[in-house]
Amino acid sequence: MPLDSKSPGGPIETRWDRHRFSLKLVNPANKRKHTIIVVGTGLAGGSAAATLAELGYQVKCFCFQDSPRRAHSIAAQGGINAAKNYHNDGDSVYRLFYDTVKGGDFRSRESNVYRLAQISLNIIDQCVAQGVPFAREYSGYLDNRSFGGAQVSRTFYARGQTGQQLLLGAYQALERQIGAGAVEMYPRTEMLDLIVVDGRARGIVTRNLLTGKVESHLADAVVLGTGGYGNVYYLSTNAKGSNATAIWRAHKRGALFANPCFTQIHPTCIPVSGDYQSKLTLMSESLRNDGRVWVPKKKGDARKPGEIPKEDRDYYLERRYPSFGNLVPRDVASRNAKMVCDEGRGVGETGLAVYLDFHDAIQRLGKPVIVERYGNLFDMYERITGEDPYQAPMRIFPAIHYTMGGLWVDYNLMSNLPGLYVIGEANFSDHGANRLGASALMQGLADGYFVLPNTINDYIASTKVEKMDAGHPAVKEAEQQVNCVTRRLLEAKGTRTVDSYHRELGKLMWEYCGMSRTATGLKHALEEIPAMREQFWRDVKVLGTGEELNQSLEKAGRVADFFELAELMCLDALERNESCGGHFREEYQTPDGEAARNDDRFSYVAAWEFRGVGNPPGLQQEPLAFEYVHPAQRSYK
Amino acid sequence: MRIVLHIWRQANAAAAGRMVRYELPNVNTHMSFLEMLDILNEDLIGRGEDPVAFDHDCREGICGMCGCMVNGVAHGPLPGTTLCQLHMRHFKDGDELYLEPWRARAFPVVKDLVVDRSAFDRLIAAGGFISVATGSAPDGNAILVPKENADRSMDAAACIGCGACVAMCPNASASLFMGAKLAHLGLLPQGQPERDRRVMAMEAQANRELFGSCTNIGECEAVCPKDIKLEVIARMNRDFLHANWIGRGGLKGD
Repeated sequence: MPLDSKSPGGPIETRWDRHRFSLKLVNPANKRKHTIIVVGTGLAGGSAAATLAELGYQVKCFCFQDSPRRAHSIAAQGGINAAKNYHNDGDSVYRLFYDTVKGGDFRSRESNVYRLAQISLNIIDQCVAQGVPFAREYSGYLDNRSFGGAQVSRTFYARGQTGQQLLLGAYQALERQIGAGAVEMYPRTEMLDLIVVDGRARGIVTRNLLTGKVESHLADAVVLGTGGYGNVYYLSTNAKGSNATAIWRAHKRGALFANPCFTQIHPTCIPVSGDYQSKLTLMSESLRNDGRVWVPKKKGDARKPGEIPKEDRDYYLERRYPSFGNLVPRDVASRNAKMVCDEGRGVGETGLAVYLDFHDAIQRLGKPVIVERYGNLFDMYERITGEDPYQAPMRIFPAIHYTMGGLWVDYNLMSNLPGLYVIGEANFSDHGANRLGASALMQGLADGYFVLPNTINDYIASTKVEKMDAGHPAVKEAEQQVNCVTRRLLEAKGTRTVDSYHRELGKLMWEYCGMSRTATGLKHALEEIPAMREQFWRDVKVLGTGEELNQSLEKAGRVADFFELAELMCLDALERNESCGGHFREEYQTPDGEAARNDDRFSYVAAWEFRGVGNPPGLQQEPLAFEYVHPAQRSYK
Repeated sequence: MRIVLHIWRQANAAAAGRMVRYELPNVNTHMSFLEMLDILNEDLIGRGEDPVAFDHDCREGICGMCGCMVNGVAHGPLPGTTLCQLHMRHFKDGDELYLEPWRARAFPVVKDLVVDRSAFDRLIAAGGFISVATGSAPDGNAILVPKENADRSMDAAACIGCGACVAMCPNASASLFMGAKLAHLGLLPQGQPERDRRVMAMEAQANRELFGSCTNIGECEAVCPKDIKLEVIARMNRDFLHANWIGRGGLKGD
């Protein structure tokens, strides 16, 4: 049976309005009788928890960090899109909708994307009112810039720290509710299982990371805003603690996992420098506005960049994509960098990097202009690499940055498990196979401030949940499951550290399920992963106990989940016999090496059902219909 | 290069702590400080010893989770830099480094280099916000904000809440942290209606948390990884005086 997205039909402009009107409401006086659990305090979780509390619900909110202000949304640099058309440059809700559907390579749901574009307007207003110090013009009006190749200026920003400022807005709104006693906050607490009773999500099992105490929390509904799963690759631009445990364990309790192979690789990151490397740092893609990307024409050219004359350089993006040049979308730029490095023309000690050169821009504009535009990024580069990018070109390489896949949700942001809502990067809904720049912040806040607080009322109003307490067998079973995993990890008493396994898995995934994929490679990975996982459980070495702050134990549980998720990602990538957005299968490309979609066969959301570790998962499909934006090949030539 | 670390090891809040010496014979100069601690921990686990607990998350200097004292200086010797962004090329072969957790009564030690900074969250919960319910906002351009105000507000809003200011202050005062939040919100028109209440509520909460008072020493500014300026404290003091005046029967605008 195809999955029902519950998207309303009719004219797309009025779908959200009509849908909202059709939803049931909860009497304000009754809201306080209902408890809602929110896991995660990033832009999605933080804004949802604050807003639900404002509405009058009893909210319990959880994060693994020491404070809700630390969620990884904080690291977003560039900005947030909104179709305000303040510049009178032809922007509109419809254009933002169109750009997002096309940018997602026609693998997202039109209804959701249109709603996102509509709500983008309210987000900016809300954040300004909260005191987010967006950049202003001298007149006092909000400033905008164009970003990520968009042809209109619709990106609002707060220096290079837009994510931080938006998150602080949501965090302060949340703290206000905590201070008022409307939200019970549990920092340094990790969700380790979902409690499902009669097919409905009714609570979560958590572990207090300081004391190790395992506890259950019951509620009328559970909201997951726990972010993406990019850390399956070990090295990514995600924070070290970012993990998939909450969504993966919900998946194991019945929630469908959609499009796991849709991962985004960001082209401008600082390359890996050695085996000790613990994470990768993103450099804003705005650098490509003035930097020129090149590699030597000759293989293994060992000369310093300054000694290589122009005629021996290959400005490969400008050569292959004359009209977009260095500003091609993220997936295209990343894939081309990999291609030239695979040819042996990569630069730097490892050969896994390309030059991003500002020499011409400095000549043309003068150093002061470059300092003003990119000074903080140049400083960051120098801080990390010890090299001065004003003198020699930067070396950059693509890195895993964002995951478009996630738990499947309908138009109400509810998963197939009634009562389980999934918001922000943790769900799959709005970005299709590729996310455009400055859209992640928009989606997180749209979900948390404006969509979920409307749709969840309908579920609460129309559902009569049974009273239950911590003695319920489903609660006991989930707690036992959690304790059992902890015990197994501690009792393995093997020989290798958690990190060493995580690195090994990451390397394998990067190699076979990274920037480009082949059926042979994916099949190889699908043989390797179960063997590696089996060895992990037998041989992992976790010291200490479960009754204290034990950072190795925390990591071990997350890596155990990554091992299972990795297998699903490879399987999904193998089943999707086409190239689209961030998913590039080498077998499916146009004669000139571009991604070749197969709309006849793969215009659907692949939603996977868990059927036991090591068992093949079940595939359910949600067909995608494009009534407004008609699928065409993306061309940046 | 060779680095000798002396690290504060403390099993939990109740246990007694002590400095323990570790020698790292092969530290790569390109490593970050935290990557060096990762290597140490991998090594300790290999030998069956408890790894050093330390807080960290984004490792790009923005989440504010990391930090410890390095030779008595919060976040180490490089100005304007969090511990995670400090690279080993700034040290010399044979250097001996003493690592201790943040030192402040309001930040009790949890384990090793990990401290409890929840007092900062309670300061924000007391008043560090603008009370606006979702959905009630006017258009973003309805209230104009002079660019200079927006820029200075952003300077203050850059605070990452790491706690280095408190750790470095001989009085363990949270004035730089509070001043930054009060300046961030107080420089914007949206922050005006609650300006007096905000400073009074945060000040009262700081006393309850046992943060010390400010005596204008300036150590906080010197170690702040985001270069928050001491003038935010002056602003806070002025706001506090004004709010007291209002509290005694004065009116806004008096």
